[in-house]
Amino acid sequence: MSALVRALVTLIIALSYGPAPCAEVQEHTLANGMKVLVKEDRRAPVVVCMVWYRAGSMDEVNGTTGVAHVLEHMMFKGTKSVAPGEFSRIIARAGGRDNAFTSRDSTVYHEQLHKSQLSLALRLEADRMANLLLSEEQFAREIKVVMEERRLRTDDQPKALVYEAFMATAYEVNPYRTPVIGWMTDLESMRVDDARDWHLRWYAPNNATLVVVGDVSAAEVFAEADKQFGSIAPRPLPPRKPQLEPAQRGDRRAWVKAPAEQPYLLMGWHVPGLRDVEKDWEPYALEMLAAVLAGSDAARLDRELVRESRLAVAANASYDGINRGPAMFILDATPAPSKTVQEVEQALRDQIKRIVEQGVSAEELRRVAAQVTAGQVFELDSMFSQARAIGSLDNAGLPFDSLDLQARKLKEVTAAQVQEVARKYLVDGNLTVAALDPQPMAGRKPAVPPPAEHVR
Amino acid sequence: MRPQLKTSTPGARPTGPQARWMCTLALLGPLLVPSGSAAALPIEHWETSRGARVYFMQSRDLPMLDVSVDFPAGSGRDSPDKAGLASLTQRLMRLGANGMDENDIARRVADVGANMSPAFDLDRAGYALRTLSSEVEQRQALAVLASVLQAPAFPDAALGREKTRVIAGLKESDTKPESIAVRTFMELVFQHHPYGLRSSGEPATVAALTRDDAVSFYRTHYNAGWAVVTIVGDATRERADQIAEQLTRELPHVSAPLAPLPPVSPLAAAVEREIDHPSAQAHILIGQPGLERNDPDYFPLWVGNYVLGGGGFSSRLSEQVRQKRGLAYTVYSYFMPYQRPGPFQIGLQTRADQAQMALSVVREVVREFVATGPRASELEAAKQNIVGGFALRIDTNRKIHDYLRVIGFYGLPLDYLDTFSAKVEAVTIEQIRDAFARRVQPDRMVTVVVGAKATP
Repeated sequence: MSALVRALVTLIIALSYGPAPCAEVQEHTLANGMKVLVKEDRRAPVVVCMVWYRAGSMDEVNGTTGVAHVLEHMMFKGTKSVAPGEFSRIIARAGGRDNAFTSRDSTVYHEQLHKSQLSLALRLEADRMANLLLSEEQFAREIKVVMEERRLRTDDQPKALVYEAFMATAYEVNPYRTPVIGWMTDLESMRVDDARDWHLRWYAPNNATLVVVGDVSAAEVFAEADKQFGSIAPRPLPPRKPQLEPAQRGDRRAWVKAPAEQPYLLMGWHVPGLRDVEKDWEPYALEMLAAVLAGSDAARLDRELVRESRLAVAANASYDGINRGPAMFILDATPAPSKTVQEVEQALRDQIKRIVEQGVSAEELRRVAAQVTAGQVFELDSMFSQARAIGSLDNAGLPFDSLDLQARKLKEVTAAQVQEVARKYLVDGNLTVAALDPQPMAGRKPAVPPPAEHVR
Repeated sequence: MRPQLKTSTPGARPTGPQARWMCTLALLGPLLVPSGSAAALPIEHWETSRGARVYFMQSRDLPMLDVSVDFPAGSGRDSPDKAGLASLTQRLMRLGANGMDENDIARRVADVGANMSPAFDLDRAGYALRTLSSEVEQRQALAVLASVLQAPAFPDAALGREKTRVIAGLKESDTKPESIAVRTFMELVFQHHPYGLRSSGEPATVAALTRDDAVSFYRTHYNAGWAVVTIVGDATRERADQIAEQLTRELPHVSAPLAPLPPVSPLAAAVEREIDHPSAQAHILIGQPGLERNDPDYFPLWVGNYVLGGGGFSSRLSEQVRQKRGLAYTVYSYFMPYQRPGPFQIGLQTRADQAQMALSVVREVVREFVATGPRASELEAAKQNIVGGFALRIDTNRKIHDYLRVIGFYGLPLDYLDTFSAKVEAVTIEQIRDAFARRVQPDRMVTVVVGAKATP
């Protein structure tokens, strides 16, 4: 076959794919204000159902930090008609999986099921939106579980402690400063009424979005959502105060001492988040900057800091502009043995300086663009990822169908724009640095004692 | 486990390839077709000219391809004096091959938006590639994978650096209570069997590894005759055949047949090990050698374990430890099947002063379950979840690809999917009770507790 023929065949095959098998996102709003977003995807006879509440830890007030997440746990603890723990058992018996997660911006409940079971999930979700029972007894047990979760994920994880300190230092005013799981003292003093108040305040249909992706028809999902959620009355939502973070006036530093071997470093600058998907350009430039630094094994930090200069055993850059609250551009790294936090911080600063002075190459931008293009296809492999992406956009107040637009905008970013955002935002005075100061584990026996076994 | 907090700590990239494989293995049990549903996945199977086994499933909905090649080159092939060699060998393969240095390899993969990821466990080592199926992209990505697999250079410079990184990681994990618990548990459960070696080795053994060690390990273990090629996605059978040839034609020639892994000895007596740690929680692991991939007791043990501690919130361990007493955020039990019997493991973390209480609850639950087996209603619920949830286990190309890798590597029958459902449905209470009584010895288990404090 000649090259030309092969090219033509390839073209024909490519064209025969036609439109992607996954349709557009369809929208419907119930009379009570609940939004329903459906994306039909026929690749497998399954469905993902997510209920997004626009209430996360950023909506909490001091003294009851962590209550958004505690309520998430309590949502599995029974309603007027479903016994405590029964929610998950019903879903399991229907062949399904259920779970939930809380973030700074939202609380999300999700089920994955055979497509024939969607109405079951919707009925149960509507039931716990409207009829949650919060008993003193259930609360007393579950708050202990949440404290164990905090110990597991934060108190015994040095890097998580550094991140917690970092956020509490970088933000003085905005509620992003508090950890999603809450401060331990607030968990200890939390009462069932705090969870009750939270549910009453935020768990209204007009503060929720249902996202469904799967082998379903949008019209049928809309009808079923109407049937299950339609009778729940809307409620006025409390005002949301902006609590904007004032401009930072000077670098800030935090040290965390914890048992560990290797130090760890986090550096972050306040930067804009994505607010207008059409007109904004800085958030896209910041995302490209993060990808040029750490988007793949070929990116700068891995190549130069880890492989070539060997200053770090790991180095990363991240930026997430899709949030209700403020955004940060973050670098983090683990120094190589015998290298210090200071040396690695200097190397990271030099990386930024080089971008400010010399910019990035067209080749680097092309490479990231290729990853964006491929990433769009790869994401379609998972209905769960699609539902999460749609829900995140909607929750952040962005158009839920703007994923393709955002991909295009990313690919349009120029080297000059990347340089410009680095020059404008990654500057002294706007920086917070948090680092781990590893402590020896005093008083403990060696981690691996000699094999003198204690036989029972 | 749910409910879960969305963790947003930068730098924490928790899902290594090993973690992913562990998930796959844990899930492989319930590969089954709901009664009355259509036929199983159309898996095609053949051998390459060099005798590599190929497993292929076409899926043309999305323009992408998942391709992997696995070898019997996991940490079970290590010896105590060279612990970490299998892992280091695999790690080095993509740091130089066929005239490309590590940066060339990283760049060529990233330039076409592909991902190349290592996977490694007790039995297997391999590489997987996810790429767009468009001509230019897949050709370039596959060419890199072909080089990494068939012409690795094992450059000296990368060797020294990677040893430093591995040793730093080992020292760091020796400060973490969860890592200390796992390595101690594996050592005690597997005694002198190589499954008990830490997969990335020990600081002293890794420090002593040489380039010759890696080259010789590669030549002995990365042979076409025992390679397993798995391809899922947008390709014709003819194209899949070309890909499989391209990835295996130049593999080393078989020098000698691979020795079978030694048998795993049962535990002669209970072993308890307590290790001090300043952590807030005690990390508890309990277990013994469990079952192998082609085990005659596979189905009764797997289904029975769903009731004991595998079925998430519906399990007895979760009910007694978490729901009733609030003692832990996570509690589970699982059988991890390998070529030889892998671990049967029960795990939880609880506030340090509650360790003894939690231990006695777990022991009582296990003792009772082994003595009496599941109730009829529990077994029924387990079957409903496993059978009804089948579609969720194969709803992405990635999941299907991971399942085919296991089917291929362990030589499971191609009709495994067709017969699995019936086998699960056929499991009786009596079979579960009998299998647990023969295979699980609550009075002869390893118990590791890291970080317990005296009860106040």
